[in-house]
Amino acid sequence: MMNKLTQFLTTAMLALAGAAVHAAPDQALIQRGEYLARAGDCIACHSAPGKPAFAGGLAIDSGHGIIYSTNITPDKQHGIGAYTEKQFADAVRKGVKADGTHLYPAMPYTSYAKVSDADIKALYAFFQSGVKASAFDAPASKMRFPFNLRFGMGFWNYFFADAKPFAAQAGWSDKVKQGAYLVEGLGHCSSCHTPRGFAMNEKASNSGQPAFLAGGELNDWPVPSLRGMPRWSEAQIVDYLQTGRNHGSAVAGEMTAVVEHSTSHLREDDLQSIAAYLKALPPAPARSPAVKPQGSQETARKLTAAVNLTLGERLYLDNCVACHFVNGKGASRVFPELDGATVINADNPTALISVMLHGARTPSTDKAPSILVMPGFARRLSDAEVATLATFLRQGWSNSAASVSEREVAKVRK
Amino acid sequence: MSNITNDEVDVVIVGLGWAGSIMAIELAQAGLKVRALERGPDRPPEDFAYPKPADQYAYAIKNKVFATPRDAALTVRYNDSETALPTRKWGAFAPGTGVGGSGLHWTGVLIRPTTTDIKLKTYADHAYKRGSLDPDLRIKDFPFTWDEIEPFFDKFDKICGLSGNTGNLKGIIQPGGDPFEGPRSSPYPLPALHDTYNSSLFAETAKKMGYHPFPNPSANVSQAWTNPYGAQLAPCNYCGYCSKYPCLNYSKASPQTAILDVVKRMPNFSMRVNANVIRVDLHADKKTARGVTYIDENKNEVFQPAKIVILSSFQFANVRLMMLSGIGQIYNPLTETGTIGRNYAFLSNGDATLFFKDKHFNPFATAGATGEMFNDISPGNFEDGIKLGFIGGAKIHSSQATGAPIGTALPKGTPGWGKGWKEGMVDWYGRSMKIGITTTCMSYRGHHLDLDPNYKDPWGQPLLRMTFDWRQNELKLQRYLRDIVLGIAKELGPDSISENFLSLDSHWDITKYVSTHNVGGAIMGDSPRDSALNRYLQSWDVHNVFVPGGNAFPQNFQANPTATIGAITLFAAEAIKNQYLKNPGPLVQV
Repeated sequence: MMNKLTQFLTTAMLALAGAAVHAAPDQALIQRGEYLARAGDCIACHSAPGKPAFAGGLAIDSGHGIIYSTNITPDKQHGIGAYTEKQFADAVRKGVKADGTHLYPAMPYTSYAKVSDADIKALYAFFQSGVKASAFDAPASKMRFPFNLRFGMGFWNYFFADAKPFAAQAGWSDKVKQGAYLVEGLGHCSSCHTPRGFAMNEKASNSGQPAFLAGGELNDWPVPSLRGMPRWSEAQIVDYLQTGRNHGSAVAGEMTAVVEHSTSHLREDDLQSIAAYLKALPPAPARSPAVKPQGSQETARKLTAAVNLTLGERLYLDNCVACHFVNGKGASRVFPELDGATVINADNPTALISVMLHGARTPSTDKAPSILVMPGFARRLSDAEVATLATFLRQGWSNSAASVSEREVAKVRK
Repeated sequence: MSNITNDEVDVVIVGLGWAGSIMAIELAQAGLKVRALERGPDRPPEDFAYPKPADQYAYAIKNKVFATPRDAALTVRYNDSETALPTRKWGAFAPGTGVGGSGLHWTGVLIRPTTTDIKLKTYADHAYKRGSLDPDLRIKDFPFTWDEIEPFFDKFDKICGLSGNTGNLKGIIQPGGDPFEGPRSSPYPLPALHDTYNSSLFAETAKKMGYHPFPNPSANVSQAWTNPYGAQLAPCNYCGYCSKYPCLNYSKASPQTAILDVVKRMPNFSMRVNANVIRVDLHADKKTARGVTYIDENKNEVFQPAKIVILSSFQFANVRLMMLSGIGQIYNPLTETGTIGRNYAFLSNGDATLFFKDKHFNPFATAGATGEMFNDISPGNFEDGIKLGFIGGAKIHSSQATGAPIGTALPKGTPGWGKGWKEGMVDWYGRSMKIGITTTCMSYRGHHLDLDPNYKDPWGQPLLRMTFDWRQNELKLQRYLRDIVLGIAKELGPDSISENFLSLDSHWDITKYVSTHNVGGAIMGDSPRDSALNRYLQSWDVHNVFVPGGNAFPQNFQANPTATIGAITLFAAEAIKNQYLKNPGPLVQV
């Protein structure tokens, strides 16, 4: 009995001594790590609805099976509490877990490869000491053959992963460099904004390649090019990333959560650097228009007169004009501008149709707390009506994109 | 049903309309732990996404976002000798319920009282010979000066994105605005809404006749607006669904559009909906409250401990909760003792409808606050009232709040249903305009609120009883205003006119809608002898209870009440933050 008590006390004292030796990393480093975790938007994938933050379990449909995100809380058994800083760095930058198995590239380690050692240190400090441990056991991924063979990812990495650290291009200012570091690295913007090849690999890994951030399609959703962003000023890019809205646009689709959980939390100077970097990229060449635009004034005139309307024009007056007005200009920071909008002129009309059917809502952020809802019109409009209205939107004012078919609408409605 | 006790908060807010939302954000931003309790449901933006509210039958006829009489009935009588009967259907007024309260379905006319209106007793004593007015008149000054309250009007104007023309900027009269308005510290935040045809015709004629018309000050905003809290409003599209409707376009300032998205982000703010507060719980000495008790949606009785209690439900509910909780003494009109329930006042309106065979007014393209008005006939701005022996005035206006078809005015003699009515609608829809009055209403010794001895609510608590009727002062005022309105109407040369004014023998008609501008009952004043609240809306009797709302007005002025409710609530919030927190106790010593 006595022996047991002594043993207990000794253990307790050793534990206390241990705690003293492994003093918690300083608060500034943890805070820096928390900020970087925001920049990397770790929470987006590593938190599932109703589960603790960073405990994983979010189902991600890879197209080749379901990937479940992992628990990255400091729980020693279910999370990454037992990881050394080196193991943590390898998981983040190389996609290799502590047990040597490969992560699927849903984890954007091909971007995170560019994260500096100092920032890895801060992230490690945050995930070890700034996050509450959770014993939640995230489900195992269910990939189909041959993707269920994780060792295969080693080959994938050999062919497709560019594990090079971040390198600035010659002639970049410090501001642009900082923006590039954030966009190409933690921001992992290229995960969505760079077109992917046959093996789901990003076709480019740095801004020197013209395909990098040149937009494309993701899950059939048209993703805009970020190169040069000719329609937006730096201030307008910053506004969008801070608030999910700007003079003429409002966020929709996957990007809504990115703004809410990541970019709206970034410091103004970092956002300005990101904007400066994007503006510094040479824009992708403009595509030739699919149709001749009607002309901004002509469309506004027809809608104002409201006689001899086409069905598309009438549908616009009955459903859209209340907010977007006859000139398609909307209102600054509240109702997006339709005349010239990228989403409306995209070759692929899926995003436009999706917003028309299902609506959109701005995220509430520090700089713009108002949640502004665009209602979905799925209950109000038939597939044929949505197609006609979308075609009007794509060819009214200065817009010049191809017509939309009823079939395309039916596909999105499902 | 079980008894639950919640975690203690610094501030509990009872009712999440304008006053509650203002208190919530101001006190949460000061770092206090704030919890709002709302009797009705949450009303998130999806509930009124375009085009859902454009449904006159649901919202304006079936009162979709109003309290039901079952939840908020009161009993009514004309005088103390009668037995009051309960309101089984809303008529003259209709209080709201749910998050946003009446601030969700108000029209959006955001107008300040004049400098005379807030010092009406002083004006009356100075302008009228002793004994020339009704001896039962009990009007009072508001207990602050113009200069003290103006910054808070200014702040609320900016919270709402007030749209209109500035009339008096720091004492300098501006063209196009109201020359009778008190000096503003800054101009209107946004330009006026576009005029409609009726308001241009009215303004032109009124101006020719020597009046000073200006656009109705509007919280239906004319342009996109980001308010001082960072909340955004969108430009009004003139859909005409404002009064009795939530706005489908983020264009009408409301707790939802102007405050709630901001305060809901704060970790020290929380709210409970379907939480019906049945009493304020006092400590044994009755000098302070220890919290409130509410019935939750599962019929549990819940005690919410709090250091400060804000009663910010509708005027009736505030007064009744004070009575049910033993805060202050209930007013007795015979002895004129007690303070809770005194100085209840309402308002009257009246109008002439002008029919023109050859004019199209397109009433469907309009905003709730659309119109032009003039303030020439408000107290202090005209002499005739003194000669004719009445005190008061009105805003005289031609507004066009909606073009919704049910209830369209048709010329006299048109059948009310069937073929004749249909033909009348075809011939006359859109071919009429109105010139209306919104009047002052004085307070009187015998007009009051108390607890009904016969009727009880579902929790067994007595209903509030209202004792009110028109007095000769208000009826004389109506007759005087009628002549002015008809004078302008005739000048406009319509094909026919129908009129709707009170006569000298009229009684108050509770069945016809006037406006939900019920005021008084727990008024602010300089003395605990004849007011319930001090200038900071603090109960004289229980110092950690504050009661912002229309209940604090000692009488009703011709201006719509929301601007003043906003201003006095902000004034009180400032006093709580800067004075009460440092030194909890009565903020005014007497």
